Amino acid sequence: MTQPVTQPIIEIENLSISFGHGADRVDAVKNVSFTVAPGESYGLVGESGSGKSTILRALAGLNPYWTGRMSLAGHLLAAKRPRAQRRLAQMVFQDPYGSLHPKHTVDRILSEPLTIHGFDDIETRVRAALDRVGLGPSFRFRYPHQLSGGQRQRVAIARALILEPKVVLLDEPTSALDVSIQAEVLNLLTDLRQQLGLTYVLVSHDLGVVAHMCARLAIMRTGEVVETASADELSEGRLLHAYSRQLLIASRGYDTAAIAAFGDF
Amino acid sequence: MDSAPILEVEKLNIHFNTPVGDVHAVRDVSFTMGREKLAIVGESGSGKSQTGRAILGLTPGKVTADKLAFHGQNLLGLDAQQWRAIRGKRIAMVMQDPKYSLNPVMTIGQQLLESARDIKEGAEARHHALGMLASVRIRDPERVFRAWPHELSGGMGQRAMIAMMLMAEPELLIADEPTSALDVTVRLQVLAILDDLVKTRHMGLIFISHDLNLVRTFCDRVLVMYAGQVLEKLTASELEQARHPYTRGLLACPPEIDRRRARLPVLQRDPTWMEPVRS
Repeated sequence: MTQPVTQPIIEIENLSISFGHGADRVDAVKNVSFTVAPGESYGLVGESGSGKSTILRALAGLNPYWTGRMSLAGHLLAAKRPRAQRRLAQMVFQDPYGSLHPKHTVDRILSEPLTIHGFDDIETRVRAALDRVGLGPSFRFRYPHQLSGGQRQRVAIARALILEPKVVLLDEPTSALDVSIQAEVLNLLTDLRQQLGLTYVLVSHDLGVVAHMCARLAIMRTGEVVETASADELSEGRLLHAYSRQLLIASRGYDTAAIAAFGDF
Repeated sequence: MDSAPILEVEKLNIHFNTPVGDVHAVRDVSFTMGREKLAIVGESGSGKSQTGRAILGLTPGKVTADKLAFHGQNLLGLDAQQWRAIRGKRIAMVMQDPKYSLNPVMTIGQQLLESARDIKEGAEARHHALGMLASVRIRDPERVFRAWPHELSGGMGQRAMIAMMLMAEPELLIADEPTSALDVTVRLQVLAILDDLVKTRHMGLIFISHDLNLVRTFCDRVLVMYAGQVLEKLTASELEQARHPYTRGLLACPPEIDRRRARLPVLQRDPTWMEPVRS
């Protein structure tokens, strides 16, 4: 029997994540399920505390305390995962000022994951990775403080891609950047996905960014998915849940009448 | 509308003396404002925050200007005592992030009272503070008055900070990215509070932001800054008709929900934007 070509690369079923115990227990993610096809870009949207980044961190293997079922590229994920599985999904973080080691050069930032995962030809790979994200060889021996926010985020993307992952997890990758730099980084991400056949899961509070980058999305609130939609449904305003509609209205700018009508969710 | 200007700025310049030489961060910025919502927009490093700080004498740089006047009073060369009569009382400032701008070892109430201690005291001050918290739509002012900054959410902290700045009922409020750390719905609610205050208290508002889309719908007028200069002054509702390629570029590059494009246009920076702007 041949496998159907649309076998999902990411399958998440009844994922729940909580922090704390007893009275302090916070259910950050509650029974979330979704699948992502290979080469797809999937968006997770929501306000702070909605659980969107928590899902991403669990998927990346940064938080082993989850329940439910997650599979990645055909591997069923366990709390502890072997090194080869860790390589499959790599993450790009929100804050390019906090996510790069301030005392490591770009060269060390890029070569360390290669050493850990036993790659050969490290120098060639580091050069290629810089080239791929539009930074020349002159950036190789610079420190993060010598780079602008956009350049740092390019280094973070290069670091994620250097392990040749199948899935890239993007946690608000452009929210700390100016809009002009955001456009450059989003264009780069679009190109890389096409060139390398990558799958993206993109977390953002910005509906515009998600509508631009993703074909499908889930809207989250207090740990739950309130609605899933296609990018077409989002851009045509065909959202069903009152909360998603409010989020959409709020994204369109300042309007006193709309604000007065806001519900408490 | 009162026609007497609240603030007059003529040829404001700010220089920083750095290890790599002189940095001319703000160059010949001029504007006049009344009881309105004036936006200063630009990218990081454009000089918008330094311009806002210079008005309160809070920039570490060297400030020069042909005129920097608040209700006709010259702000250049004030001594510490004269500044105390203005800062926080007649001109107040709201910063971007409540996490760093609130004092972590004082309760919200103590900070509210401190900001108005020269004006009101005792039970009257407390009553005023609770009223201010209520006016920024904090539902349980008593609880927030007793709370420590770490016990409040970002939106609540930002509202408390605005309440604090309004304790002395300033005539001019300078808000530096006051809502960029907030979620979209909370952001709009906080803006509605500021909008209300401009209307009911006849306050002037300088709104420093990088978000052109927000500014277009919220403010009355917009100054667009680039590399320390004001490139363009526009009525907010006419932002779409901006002429300068930089403003047009900034308006075009954010992804839009209802108009999806395969690629986003990228700003082509022109070195002539750095040249002195003819006024």
